[in-house]
Amino acid sequence: MTTPLVKMVSITKRFPGVTANKDIYFELRPGEIHALLGENGAGKSTLMNILTGLYMPDEGDIYIRGTKVKFSSPRGAIESGIGMVHQHFRLVPTFSVAENVIMGSGDHGFFVNMKSVEEKLARFSGEYGINVMPGSKIWQLSVGEQQRVEIVKMLYRGTNIMILDEPTAVLTPQESRELFATLRRMADMGKGIIVISHKIQEVLDNADRITVLRDGRYVDTFSGKDTDSRKLTMAMVDRDISFGQNLADKPKGNFILRLKGLTVLGDRGQKALKSLSLNLCKGEILGIAGVAGNGQKELAEVIAGLREVAAGDIEVRGERFTGKSARAMIDAGISLIPEDRLGTGLVGPLNIMENSILKNYRSGEVASGWFINWKRVREYAHRLVDKFDVKTTGVDAPVRMLSGGNLQKLLLAREITNDPDVIVAVYPVRGLDVGAIEFVRNILLRQRDTGKGILLISEELEELFMLSDRVAVIHEGEIMGILDREDFDLERVGRLMAGEREEGAYERAANR
Amino acid sequence: MKDPLIVVLLSTAVIAGTPLLFAALGEILSERAGVLNLGVEGMMLVGAVSGYIATVQSGNHWVGVIAALGAGGMMAAIHAFLSVTLRANQVVSGLALTIFGTGLSAFLGKGYIGRPVPDVFKPVEIPVLSRIPYAGKILFEHDSLVYLSFLLVIMIWIIVFKTRWGLNLRAVGENPAAADSMGIPVYLTRYLCVISGGMLAGLGGAYLSLAYAPTWVENMTSGRGWIAVALVIFAVWHPGKAIVGAYIFGGVDSLGFHIQAMGDKALFLKDVSPFFLQMLPYILTIIVLIIVTSETKKRRVGTPASLGLPYDREER
Ligand SMILES: Nc1ncnc2c1ncn2[C@@H]1O[C@H](COP(=O)(O)OP(=O)(O)OP(=O)(O)O)[C@@H](O)[C@H]1O
Ligand SMILES: [Mg+2]
Repeated sequence: MTTPLVKMVSITKRFPGVTANKDIYFELRPGEIHALLGENGAGKSTLMNILTGLYMPDEGDIYIRGTKVKFSSPRGAIESGIGMVHQHFRLVPTFSVAENVIMGSGDHGFFVNMKSVEEKLARFSGEYGINVMPGSKIWQLSVGEQQRVEIVKMLYRGTNIMILDEPTAVLTPQESRELFATLRRMADMGKGIIVISHKIQEVLDNADRITVLRDGRYVDTFSGKDTDSRKLTMAMVDRDISFGQNLADKPKGNFILRLKGLTVLGDRGQKALKSLSLNLCKGEILGIAGVAGNGQKELAEVIAGLREVAAGDIEVRGERFTGKSARAMIDAGISLIPEDRLGTGLVGPLNIMENSILKNYRSGEVASGWFINWKRVREYAHRLVDKFDVKTTGVDAPVRMLSGGNLQKLLLAREITNDPDVIVAVYPVRGLDVGAIEFVRNILLRQRDTGKGILLISEELEELFMLSDRVAVIHEGEIMGILDREDFDLERVGRLMAGEREEGAYERAANR
Repeated sequence: MKDPLIVVLLSTAVIAGTPLLFAALGEILSERAGVLNLGVEGMMLVGAVSGYIATVQSGNHWVGVIAALGAGGMMAAIHAFLSVTLRANQVVSGLALTIFGTGLSAFLGKGYIGRPVPDVFKPVEIPVLSRIPYAGKILFEHDSLVYLSFLLVIMIWIIVFKTRWGLNLRAVGENPAAADSMGIPVYLTRYLCVISGGMLAGLGGAYLSLAYAPTWVENMTSGRGWIAVALVIFAVWHPGKAIVGAYIFGGVDSLGFHIQAMGDKALFLKDVSPFFLQMLPYILTIIVLIIVTSETKKRRVGTPASLGLPYDREER
């Protein structure tokens, strides 16, 4: 048997208040794609951050190609041929692709000639069949392109142990397939690839071996061929999962939110929504399908009062709400579950108590006059945490310490406890594990059943078909078509997502 | 032969702008690496007084320059330790150093007030260049520190934008986490940039006490450190634009003297209150800040993204 590329033995890592890794074993062989599977907060990212020298383990040993190593900084790991694409990309947005790739490396002379570096890089990435434009700035690139830059960055450093932390969370299905094709090619060259994921199907389709972590502990390592999704689910969550049933064809209520010919500008001044019309009824989930970046973010923001209306109107319960502030929208009962939980949704350095009252700090429940009654806030936060099962060390903990799933639970808890009429949920299950996904989806269904209108923006068609009463397809800021539940069809939605318009889309949107 | 008024004005603008330029260059280095240094005013004062004392004691102004560099560097090392290693709030640490530097310089300079500088920096004409009509007089009939500042502008520009070091140091200021995972030593980079920045602030101070004034008066920087900080924003963290900005501020700064010196020839300007003229650089600072910040917001240039934020590898 060949020596493993990586062997991690009895790894333990504690953070204040949590043990993120406890006695973990992990092994990577050359030429394999090895998936690291586990729920949110299972300790996957932590384990890999230890392997890349970002975190120091409290206990345990690491062997690279059979030799024991101890990394005190990422530099050592890089020199051992280890590279990682982090969950949150580590790129400098204002730098060009080439600058991001070469920074920190010493092999291009003291005076840097960007032109020649760019040429070299274009050739280099071409050899690996990865398409990047060395001269463009990172902020101009889509998420998928940024990820390719991260991969090129590793290859350029001669990495042969490649780690990718939830690489497909931000990709379209098409991009994911391409990514795995690329990774397979790398593996065939003898590199070892570690992919962190909690999408069981994806792992089964692509990984040679699968190591499962649960609650910071090692569960088992499976061979991709000899396992199935039920076994993996059991290993991951230690319980059976069932999704709530969608009771289709609920009686529809009245329009609660109407968008009439809405035009909205994006961050770079382009028209992100082009005269878009949509109606949302009480007691329905209206799904918005589309490839990320086609105006979904702007749609959510304009409804929440976070973005200016350039033309058109917004009506809530028949009343005109165009150009109203975010607070007015909140008061009108509109709630936003944003895409970036830590950017727009929650404030990282503030604790759970403070975050839980960000929207209703003025209400009698927690405030008396100008003052905030912290005792009541504490009780309130405890109630949210208990009811939504947020795993935390306490309501005094800064929320940035929470793992992705728990952040989302807290956010939902805050939004739903305020009893909104309209919920705009943007990629609400992105980055969550099966348990948390089940939880979030059930909440959305329950909210719908109590008569709320829900706008569900998602890129997973299966999810949209499962939860929505209607699905509207958005492409380059326009609604290409709206399908009722009985017409749901993957093929047809796929065509609309690609930009083929269906006759009468506008009329149906406006008149339904 | 008498020089046209505009040449005299511009020539003094260069001299008055030079201390600002040194300090601003230092601040650019520090901020490019992500560390805001609001201690510039204090570092300039300590540089001014130590340069002055060292020159008085040794009789050689280059000894004074070295003392000023060292004093500014040491002040900055304190700032680096507080804000990089201990991750203290950079604004607070910088302000504390300014207050500390003001007091310290007053204390050190007590016995020296009014003493003459034995070895003042005197103008040196650069052989060929000073013959260029107008530009020669404006740029090339100054003391050697002015020429040093020209060199520094070019050097810092090349280092920051054309070399490996510069790429790495800008990466540290933009996204230390990205830099760290690429093996760039974030803390070391920040230390080096903050300390060399402080050395340049000290040099800016010494220029005041050894060439511009040349004497020691308590609190003699009178806010120039703050103008330098604003200048960095005006220059969008670019040494080439800093030199232009420094001379504009220098020009406005010295306007008052010229108007007084001209007497009746200054026409209506002679009736303007000298206090108003003294206010001009500060008013200009405010105006420039308003314009530049609203401009940079529109375009995507400007502040290093991690400016003012401490970095902790295990923090998230
Ligand atoms: N830098 C840190 N400081 C404090 N606690 C941390 C830190 N990093 C991780 N943790 C905690 O360690 C545990 C494991 O986190 P980790 O990020 O490794 O989980 P994960 O498996 O990657 O989850 P996810 O799927 O949500 O990304 C969590 O409880 C988390 O809150
Ligand atoms: Mg993770």
